Amino acid sequence: MNTSSSSLTKKAFERLFSNKLSLFGGIYILLLITLAIITPLIAPYDYAYQDLSLGPVGPTTDHLLGTDTLGRDLLTRMLYGSRISLMVGFLATMVALVIGVLWGAIAGFLGGRVDAIMMRIVDILYGIPFIILIILLMVIFGRNLVLLFMAIGAVEWLTMSRIVRSQVMSLSQQEFVLAAEAMGVSKKDIISRHLIPNAIGPVIVYATLTVPQIMLLEAFLSFLGLGVQAPMSSWGLLIRDGAVSMEEYWWLLVFPSLAFSLTLFSLNFIGDGLRDALDPRTGPN
Amino acid sequence: MISLILRRLATAIPVLLAVITLTFFMVHSAPGGPFDEEKAVSPEVLIKLNERYNLNEPLMVQYFDYLGNVLQGDFGPSFRYPSRSVTELISIGLPITFELALYAILFALMLGIIAGVVSSLRPNTAYDYIPMTVAMAGICIPSIILGPSLTLIFGIWLNWLPVTGWGDIPGDKILPTITLGTAYAAYCARLTRGGMLEILNQDFIRTARAKGLSEFRVVVVHALRGGLTPVIAFLGPAMAGLLAGSFVVETIFGIPGLGRFYVEAAFNRDYTMILGTSIFFSCLIIAFNLLSDLVAASLNPRLRDQ
Amino acid sequence: MKQINIVSLFLVLILSACGGTESKVDSALEEQILYFGNGTEPKDLDPHTVTGVPESHILMALLEGLVIRHPEGLDPLPGVASSWDISEDGKTYTFNLRDTAVWSNGDPVTASDFVWAWERMLTPSLGSKYPDMLYDVVNAEEFNIGVITDFTKVGVKALSSKQLLVKLNNPAPYFLGLLAHYTTRPVHRPTIEKFGEIDTLGSPWTRPGNFIGNGPFTLKEWQLNKVLKVKKNSLYWNAEQVKLNEIHFFPVDNATREDLMFRNGLLHVTSTVPLEKVPVYSKKYPDLLHIDPYYGTYYLRVNVNKEPFDNKLVRKALSLSINRQEIVENVSKGGQIPAFSFTPPDPNSYYPPTSLEFNPELARSLLDEARLSKEKVPTFELLYNTSEGHQKLAQAIQQMWKENLNIDVQLTNTDWKVYLSRQSIGDYSIARAGWIGDYVDPKTFLDMMVTGRGNNQTGWSNSEYDRLLVKAAQSPSQEERFKNFYKAEEILIDELPIIPIYTYTRIYMLNQDVKGWAPNLLDTHPFQFVYLER
Repeated sequence: MNTSSSSLTKKAFERLFSNKLSLFGGIYILLLITLAIITPLIAPYDYAYQDLSLGPVGPTTDHLLGTDTLGRDLLTRMLYGSRISLMVGFLATMVALVIGVLWGAIAGFLGGRVDAIMMRIVDILYGIPFIILIILLMVIFGRNLVLLFMAIGAVEWLTMSRIVRSQVMSLSQQEFVLAAEAMGVSKKDIISRHLIPNAIGPVIVYATLTVPQIMLLEAFLSFLGLGVQAPMSSWGLLIRDGAVSMEEYWWLLVFPSLAFSLTLFSLNFIGDGLRDALDPRTGPN
Repeated sequence: MISLILRRLATAIPVLLAVITLTFFMVHSAPGGPFDEEKAVSPEVLIKLNERYNLNEPLMVQYFDYLGNVLQGDFGPSFRYPSRSVTELISIGLPITFELALYAILFALMLGIIAGVVSSLRPNTAYDYIPMTVAMAGICIPSIILGPSLTLIFGIWLNWLPVTGWGDIPGDKILPTITLGTAYAAYCARLTRGGMLEILNQDFIRTARAKGLSEFRVVVVHALRGGLTPVIAFLGPAMAGLLAGSFVVETIFGIPGLGRFYVEAAFNRDYTMILGTSIFFSCLIIAFNLLSDLVAASLNPRLRDQ
Repeated sequence: MKQINIVSLFLVLILSACGGTESKVDSALEEQILYFGNGTEPKDLDPHTVTGVPESHILMALLEGLVIRHPEGLDPLPGVASSWDISEDGKTYTFNLRDTAVWSNGDPVTASDFVWAWERMLTPSLGSKYPDMLYDVVNAEEFNIGVITDFTKVGVKALSSKQLLVKLNNPAPYFLGLLAHYTTRPVHRPTIEKFGEIDTLGSPWTRPGNFIGNGPFTLKEWQLNKVLKVKKNSLYWNAEQVKLNEIHFFPVDNATREDLMFRNGLLHVTSTVPLEKVPVYSKKYPDLLHIDPYYGTYYLRVNVNKEPFDNKLVRKALSLSINRQEIVENVSKGGQIPAFSFTPPDPNSYYPPTSLEFNPELARSLLDEARLSKEKVPTFELLYNTSEGHQKLAQAIQQMWKENLNIDVQLTNTDWKVYLSRQSIGDYSIARAGWIGDYVDPKTFLDMMVTGRGNNQTGWSNSEYDRLLVKAAQSPSQEERFKNFYKAEEILIDELPIIPIYTYTRIYMLNQDVKGWAPNLLDTHPFQFVYLER
C-alpha cells in the first residue's frame, strides 16, 4: 500500500473515533459480544432451568431481571438469546459477504459476457421477495438454526455483490492493476490480493448495516413462530413471550426490548459512523 | 421512457418464472402431507383427495399444469378452505392489506418528508439532531416491539385507542398504521435529508436565493423536486418491506388481510395458498419497483438511461 | 409545519376516544346478539367433512339432528324426532319425526333426508373423517370401506316420510347421545345436488345464500378471518323458544387478543383464557372466569415400535417420573385433574380402578432393571404442535425426565399438519396428544387403542384388550359393559402405550349477561336455550 492510502486510513479512523455516537455503539457492541462469548461462564443459571413453583417474579436479588412463567431466569435467557441473535446476525452476514464479494469481484473484473450473465442472475434473484423465500424455507426444512442463517445469508449477498462489482470495476482501470496485469500476475491473484482489499471499504459499511437487518429478520421470524424454538431463546422469541405477558409481567417485554433496540442502535450508529468516516462528503450525522 | 419500461419488463418475466418454478418445487418437497387431520384419513379417501388437487401426476406434469393455470389466473383450490379458491382468498385479503399499507406509507411520507426537510434546512443544529435521532429510534424499535408497546400504553393503560379489529370501531386503524409506518417514516426522513442536502448545495439554489425568492419557494418549489428523488426511488423496495411488515402487524392486531392469510397458510401447509400468494406478492413487488422507477425517472430525467 | 402534524394527530386521538361509551356487549342486550369467540376460522360448514370444535359450534346453530344435547348435559332431548321407540334387545330404533320440522326454505324435513345424509357421510369417496361415528349401524362400516356398495343394505331406512328405522349391530346405550353429534344430522339434498354429486368436494353449497339448514339459526354472513353471522330461523319448529336474534362467531386464534376483546366488551364468551391470566382472573374476576370439567384427556403417545419404548418397564419408568400434581398446579394452572386412567372418570358413573403415581425412586429402579447392561437411555425427541401451552408442558416434562431419570430429551415443535402426519406414519418417539370424547361413554376413548385403529398410531396391539372391547360391545347391561371396560383400562394403564397426564378442563370467560348456559362435560350449549339478560 502506498503512503497516501495509509494517511487516508488514519484520517478515517480519526473521524470515526470523534463521532461520539459511533463510539458508544462500538463499546456497547464489544461489551455485548464479550458477554455473549463468556455466557456459559457467567450465566447465573442453566439456560433450561425452570423453577415451576416460583413462577414469574419481577427483578429480585436472586433473579436480577426477573423470571418468566416457568420460573426461568430472564437474565440467563437474555444472555443465551444474545448468543443466538448475534450468531445469526454475524454468521449470515459472513456468508453473504463471502458469496457477495467473490461474485461481485469476479463479475466486475472479468467484465463482458461473464459479467452480464452473472449480474443478470443477480437481477433475477433480486426480484424474489426474500421474506417469502425465508418463510418457505423454514416451512419446508424445519426450524434448523444452521439452515436459518444460511438461508438469510444466501439472500443478502445480492446487494453486496452489486456494491463490490461497481467498486471493482472502477478500480480495474487504475494503474496499479494494469501494471500487475502487464507483469503477468494471475487473474486470481489480482482479484484476491489487489482488488478485494481495496474495495473493502463500502463493503464493510454495508456489512455493518446488514447485521442489524438480519437480526431484525430473525426476530420477525421467531416472533411469528417460524424461527428459533424453545427451550433455546433468541431475542425475537423473548420479545414474543414478553408481548404475550406484558400486562402482568412487564419485565418480560421491557428488558429484551431494551437490549435489542440498543443493539440495533449501536450497530446502525457504527455503520453510519463508518460511512461518514470513509466518505467525507456526507458530513457528520 | 418506453425503452425503460420495456427493459424492466424484460427482466420481470424471467424473475416471475423463476419465482413460480422455485416456489413450486420448494413447496412440493416439503414434509407433511396436506391431508392429515385429527382423525387419520383412509387410503381410498386419500386417493380421491390427491385426484382433486392433481397430486397423482408426476411432478413435472403437475408443474406444467400449474403454470398453465397460473397464466389464466387460476391458482387452484385452497387446502385449508376446500370450498374456496386461492384467487378468492387473495381477493378477500388484498384490499385490507392494501389499505393498511397505503395508510402506513402515507403516514411515513408525511412525517418523514417534513422531518427530513426541516433537518436539512439547518444541518448540524438541534433542528437536525433531534429529528434524526428520533428517526434512528424509529428504525431501531421494530414493529414487534412497537406494536405491543403501543397497545399496552394507548390501548390498555390509557384506554384511548382500540387494540383489535379493522374497521369495526372508530380509531382501530390508528395503532396498526403507526406500528407499520414508523420505520418507513424514519427511512423517509433520512433519505429526504440526504437528498435535500445534496440539492441545496447546488448552484441553482444559490441563484434562486440571490434572486430574493422566499425561503418557502426555494425549498418547496425548486429544491423538493430533486430532493425527493431518493425517497421516490425508495418506494419500490419499500413495498417489499411493507408486505413483510404486514405479516407481523396483521398478526399482532388480528387484521384479516393477505399477510395474515399467508402466515396462516405457512402454518397450515396450505400449499396452493402459499404458492399462489408468493407469486402474487412477487408480481406486486415487481410492479411497484417498475412504478417507482418510472416516477423517479420522470422527476429526474438523468435516471432515464439506466 | 411539523407542529401542525402533531396537533392534528392528537385531535384525531382525542376525537376517537370520545366516540361511543356504550360497548357492543351493552347494546347486545337490546339487540339480543351473542358475540362468541370461536378460536380458529372454520374450514368449511359441511357436517360430513369437518372435524373441529369451532365448526361444531356453528353447526350447532345451523343444523339439528334427531335429538338435541341437553343444555345441562343430561339425557338428550327430542330434536327433529319428537319421540322414539327402542326394541327390547336394544338393537332397533324407530324415530317419529315431527310434522313441524322444516328446512329454512320451507321444505319439510323427512326421514329420507336422514337416510341420504348418512349415505353421504359413509360414502368412501367423500372422504369424511368421522365415518366411524355411525359404525354401530348394521353394514355401515362395510359400506364405508367398500365391501358393499348398495346402501339399501345398511341398517337405516325411511319407513315413511316421518318415520325412520335404525338397526344396530349391538345394543349401544350411548347411541342416542351419539345422535346429537353433528355428523349424524341431516343435510338439504336439493342444495347439495344443485352444486354437484353426493361426493363432490369443495362445492359452494355451504356459502351464505346457498346454505339451507334446519336448525334454530340460518347463515347470514361469512367474512373469512373476520366474523361469521347467523340469524334466527323463523321457520324453526321451536322458534318461540329461541330468544337470540343473531350470533356472531369471531375467529380469534390469539388468546391474548381474545382476552383484550372480552375486556373491551366485544365478546360475551371466549374460547380460552391465556395461561398467565388464569390465576389473576380467578382472584380478580371470579364470576367471569369459568373452569368447567371437560370430557378429555391430555396424554403422551409412545411409539412402541421404537427402542427403548418397546420395553414396558421403560414406559412405566417414564410415567412414574412425571409429577402430575406439579404440572396441573404450576404449569397448566387451570384446575385440571391429574389423570389416573385413560377415560376421564366420573364419580357417579364410570370410575376405573386404576392409578398412576409419582414415584421417581421406583422409576429409577424399573429403568435400571430394563436397561441392565446398557448405558443410559439415548436422547430422544418429544414432539408437540406449536402452541404456548403445549410448549410449557413439554418443557416441564423434559425437566422432570432429566431430573428424575437423567434422560435428555429434545423438544421439537412443528405445525399441526406435520405433527399429525409424523404420528400417522410412525415418525416419532413420544408425542403430546389430546382427545376429547365425542359422546359421553368410555368407548370413545378406549376404541382408539384397538389394534390398527386410525388414531392408535402407537403400534401397540394387545389381543386381550381387543377381545375385551368386543365383549363390552356385546354386553347386555351397562354394568357388564363397564366391567369389561375396567379390565381394558387396567391393561392399558399397565402397558402404557399412552401415558395420560391430566383430565382437561374448559377454561373460558363468560359475560354475566349470558343466561341459559350451563357447564356440561361435552361443553355443548345449544343456542336455542341461550339468551341475554342483565
